[in-house]
Amino acid sequence: MTSLPPPSAKKLGLVIDLDTCVGCQACVTSCKEWNTQGYSAPLTDTNPYASDPSGVWLNRVHGYEVKEQGQDQSRIVHFPRSCLHCEEPACVTVCPTGASYKRAEDGIVLVNPETCIGCKLCSWACPYGAREYDQSQGVMKKCTLCVDRIYNENFEPEDRQPACVKACPTGARHFGDLGDSTSKVSQLVAERGGYDLLPEMGYKPVNKYLPPRARRDATNSPAEALPRPDGSAFDRLFQWADRVLSPRRADGRTSDLDHSGKLEG
Amino acid sequence: MTEPVVDTSPKNWDEVKTTTCYMCACRCGIRVQLKDGRVTYIDGNPEHPVNKGVICGKGAAGIMQHYSPARLSKPLLRVGQRGSGEFKEIEWDEALGLASSWLSEVRAKDPKKLAFFTGRDQSQGLTGWWATQFGTPNYAAHGGFCSVNMAAAGLYTFGGSFWEFGEPDWKHTKYFMLFGVAEDHGSNPIKKALGQLKARGAKIVSINPIRTGYSAIADEWIGIRPGTDGLFVGALIHELLTAQKIDGEYLLRYTNSPWLIIENEGGADDGLFVRNAQNSALVWDNHSNTAMPALSSDAAPKLMGRFKMPDGRRVVTAFTLIAERFIDSEWSAEKVSERCGVPVETIRRIAAELARTAFEEEIALDVPWTDHLGRYHEKMVGRPVSMHAMRGISAHANGFQTCRTIHLLQILLGTIDVPGGFRYKPPFPKPPPPGVKPAGKPGQVKPNTPLPGPPLGFVTSPEDLLVDAEGIPQRLDKAYSWDAPLAAHGMMHMVITNAAKKDPYGIDVLFMYMANMSWNSAMNVPDTIRYLTQKEPDGSYTIPKIIYSDAYASEMVHYADLILPDTTYLERWDCISLLDRPISEADGPADSIRQPVVEPDRDVRPFQTVLLDLGTRIGLTGMTRTDGSPRYPGGYPDYIVNHERAPGIGPLAGFRGPNGRAQGRGTPNPEQLQHYIDNGCHWFYELPDHMKYYRHVNWAYLDWATFFGFIGKPEPVIHQLYCEPLQKFRLSARGHGKVVAPAEHRSRIASYFDPIPFWYPPFEGEMVSDAEFPMHAVTQRPMAMYHSWGSQNAWLRQIMSRNWLYMAREMAAKLKVADGDWVTVTSHHGKIKAQAKLMDGVNPETVWTWNAIGKRSGTWGLKPGSDESKQGFLLNHLISELLPEREGGYRYSNSDPITGQAAWYDLRVRVEKASDQSDVSEPQFATLKPLERVE
Repeated sequence: MTSLPPPSAKKLGLVIDLDTCVGCQACVTSCKEWNTQGYSAPLTDTNPYASDPSGVWLNRVHGYEVKEQGQDQSRIVHFPRSCLHCEEPACVTVCPTGASYKRAEDGIVLVNPETCIGCKLCSWACPYGAREYDQSQGVMKKCTLCVDRIYNENFEPEDRQPACVKACPTGARHFGDLGDSTSKVSQLVAERGGYDLLPEMGYKPVNKYLPPRARRDATNSPAEALPRPDGSAFDRLFQWADRVLSPRRADGRTSDLDHSGKLEG
Repeated sequence: MTEPVVDTSPKNWDEVKTTTCYMCACRCGIRVQLKDGRVTYIDGNPEHPVNKGVICGKGAAGIMQHYSPARLSKPLLRVGQRGSGEFKEIEWDEALGLASSWLSEVRAKDPKKLAFFTGRDQSQGLTGWWATQFGTPNYAAHGGFCSVNMAAAGLYTFGGSFWEFGEPDWKHTKYFMLFGVAEDHGSNPIKKALGQLKARGAKIVSINPIRTGYSAIADEWIGIRPGTDGLFVGALIHELLTAQKIDGEYLLRYTNSPWLIIENEGGADDGLFVRNAQNSALVWDNHSNTAMPALSSDAAPKLMGRFKMPDGRRVVTAFTLIAERFIDSEWSAEKVSERCGVPVETIRRIAAELARTAFEEEIALDVPWTDHLGRYHEKMVGRPVSMHAMRGISAHANGFQTCRTIHLLQILLGTIDVPGGFRYKPPFPKPPPPGVKPAGKPGQVKPNTPLPGPPLGFVTSPEDLLVDAEGIPQRLDKAYSWDAPLAAHGMMHMVITNAAKKDPYGIDVLFMYMANMSWNSAMNVPDTIRYLTQKEPDGSYTIPKIIYSDAYASEMVHYADLILPDTTYLERWDCISLLDRPISEADGPADSIRQPVVEPDRDVRPFQTVLLDLGTRIGLTGMTRTDGSPRYPGGYPDYIVNHERAPGIGPLAGFRGPNGRAQGRGTPNPEQLQHYIDNGCHWFYELPDHMKYYRHVNWAYLDWATFFGFIGKPEPVIHQLYCEPLQKFRLSARGHGKVVAPAEHRSRIASYFDPIPFWYPPFEGEMVSDAEFPMHAVTQRPMAMYHSWGSQNAWLRQIMSRNWLYMAREMAAKLKVADGDWVTVTSHHGKIKAQAKLMDGVNPETVWTWNAIGKRSGTWGLKPGSDESKQGFLLNHLISELLPEREGGYRYSNSDPITGQAAWYDLRVRVEKASDQSDVSEPQFATLKPLERVE
């Protein structure tokens, strides 16, 4: 079994905004294309051009339709799922070879493919379903937080972020140090009530999810309505047009139109 | 325990090249990493104006598109029957020789016997010009079944359009209404903006029968019944007019609301604008109590009223007629609520929210500007309400008028090109409509002669139609005929049917590019396949020769005679031109290029270079020097740099002139492409602040746009709420004018060519029985795929390799359909079997599925019998391209009667639990013999 390092001050992770995720899969395929040639290469595909295609992905987005009690309408939630880089990850402590480990310097949870024996204990231990077994390689794979991007000196500083975060068109994914309460991601979590997945499991996930913002629909908007005066709406509109838009000059002649919009004479 | 050493700075690439994505129509800037000549990673280019660094699910899967086993690798000549998949590989010389001999023969005999249609073509600047040079009017891209309703409604109303021609002022808008599915066009900009709107707390309202995609994150979802959006919007207009919550100043100044219209029932001038000797429209001046020219700074126009002209003619302001229509109780919330499935209170509340946002949350930018009449404005005042719509409006037979109704709402609120409203993207605004007329009238199509103008344009009266003296259509697809007078994008969906029926005539050569017309791009797939293989008594094919170019082994390849294999998007030069479908930003014009980031490893050629080559071989003047040598010997990149459409105006607007210093207009610059490459393959010109809004009437902007060649003259683009060209058609249906509508078309023209927007029920629903076909069936676009080419992608098909028929839980309960049951879906035209999934977020009378996931077995490099063909399905099989017979037996196309837009969202069906619950969709088409795969 593998022991954890002392808790790190730096806790790198993701903050994922369920309010703005539209389920476009940009993070999913961006993750795949980076990591299939990166630290976890290759991310094997099975039956890529036949029935039942499948493969190894380190990040997936699931769509759920949720209908809460008392709500007329359902809502569709797109839920991106990847490793949460827990502070106390069971996937690491169950690892018989030390292949799964939590980095002391930044808290990233990694698998060392050299020592992974593919026993899958870690994937059984992870309640989040974040690990994927690569059959053809015989090793377990998982999100690395793009450890080979975020420190990569060959990149411009703005590109030193996980591929999924860089890709996300709606800006629903944020990367940073959740151990630093002043970081942008920590502030986002504080402002928006970011929460842990399955906190009761006690693994203390570093990644946080931001809940959907309150929607302003019929259920929580004030019931507005425009005034509906009695009488002919057309006449009123006509008077309005005449009064507001075409004020007559003091010395102006009267025009030959009447207020019904019909021609006189 | 020590941690393993991880290389955190690997350099997995040798070089990075920029280019432009082609995984959908969004055309984002991308960076492509290459290692040992292989593409290893693609991400968004942070410098690019369209996507600013982000990428979508499709774009990031571009590698698998590029290395797809479905890629074609060599020119093919059919040797068996059409559909047999019997081809032989031939060399390019033979292929081009054959193609040019077929084309030369047609051109010498009768150029219109060539039908040249392109699908998801991003080089319409070139292809349209080629057709003009060839001399055939039978040219269009796929706009006729995509978005022409939107484009035309906008262009005829305010000289711009939804689609990609404009966008909400994402930075300032506070209330955004999104009509229908919009996940395919402008994909990343809209996604980015939705994220920004939510962060700013702007309200997003989605009007869509289906709550998926963008609708999923909207504040409010209005699950409207398909095809009734016009009623809903009309009711909003009714509410606003009733409460006088409209922007009167905007209407008076920038629209034709105060223009005077002749009221002379039965007369030849009834409903036309009254004009003075200088042909100027007139307004009624409140000061002088006389008619004055509309574009006069001295006039104080009346918005409403009826007046008598000195010559006795009776006139009324356009706005009076609009108000009379929409203030009628027919448009009250109570009247429309049931039909569109939107509660009365919701309609009222949305109207009130629109009014509050527009008029109580007005914004004003401290930017002085001067309008078209020289009036100085201290600030740019805006009403922060914006809208966007796409095919949810477009793909209905009432889509043109519905889209005009939405534009009317936008304009009544004073929200076009103002801060917070809907903004033009240059080169728009253009005159409403743009001044180009379609060529191809009788006498204009002559052997070995170019057309006198482009085949596509904008008609403004019956005289512009492409019909003969008897009213017979001159185009194969019947665009610009009495069937579809304003068919500004052509009617590609009718080409194969009409060619097979020889209605109005047969053709000799069908030449298509990137158009999967034997499958997901066809309405009525089974008959389309029959038409493609139909033979004459002598054993020859009714459509004698079919040339097809595509990069992939799509379903269409099997039905062609000669295949010209195209490159992938990473192997080619392209220009995303302002002369075509631009990628501009609202803040200024932009264009871009593709550069080959890798060389093809197959014997393929980029289609545009092939087209220029063919042009030279058949001696088209624009492509051939007098000595017969090619004018663009360097192929498409040579054309991109050196072609001039007008002096100094070419396909690319950036880096023109000596040393690339000129923008917009300038002499061809031999180094232009290198400049683009050095600039990340794009060019963007940010307008100064005083030209960023009110551009339809912004003096400085109009002047600048004239220099850039976007408009011919610096004239204001006055919004045409009252659309006079439509009235001219209506008059012709009443027997007036130089060109009179034939008797059999008159009632149709008279009914639908209303110069004021209105609503009518979609045709299919009116022609079939409600009891027999009680439900609507539509498609949505999966964001991670686009058309059929996405679903052969090894990664994207892991996300979705098949589709389901989604239906409302409550409706399913009534129909005794359980989640996962196989059901039959029956229309007046056909029947399919599909597997049902139940959900709540769908209009109860609507079923839907994802578009273009179903494939024919044996195509696209997939193993025969893959999920796409076994469980996947298309709704297309249920959709007829023709409406049921009318009196006299004539069958109009299943299209909008005004623009010819294919009405594939009008589909009506009934759904029943299938007796056969086997795990296979129906119909199953015979497996096509797979082409050899490129590994």
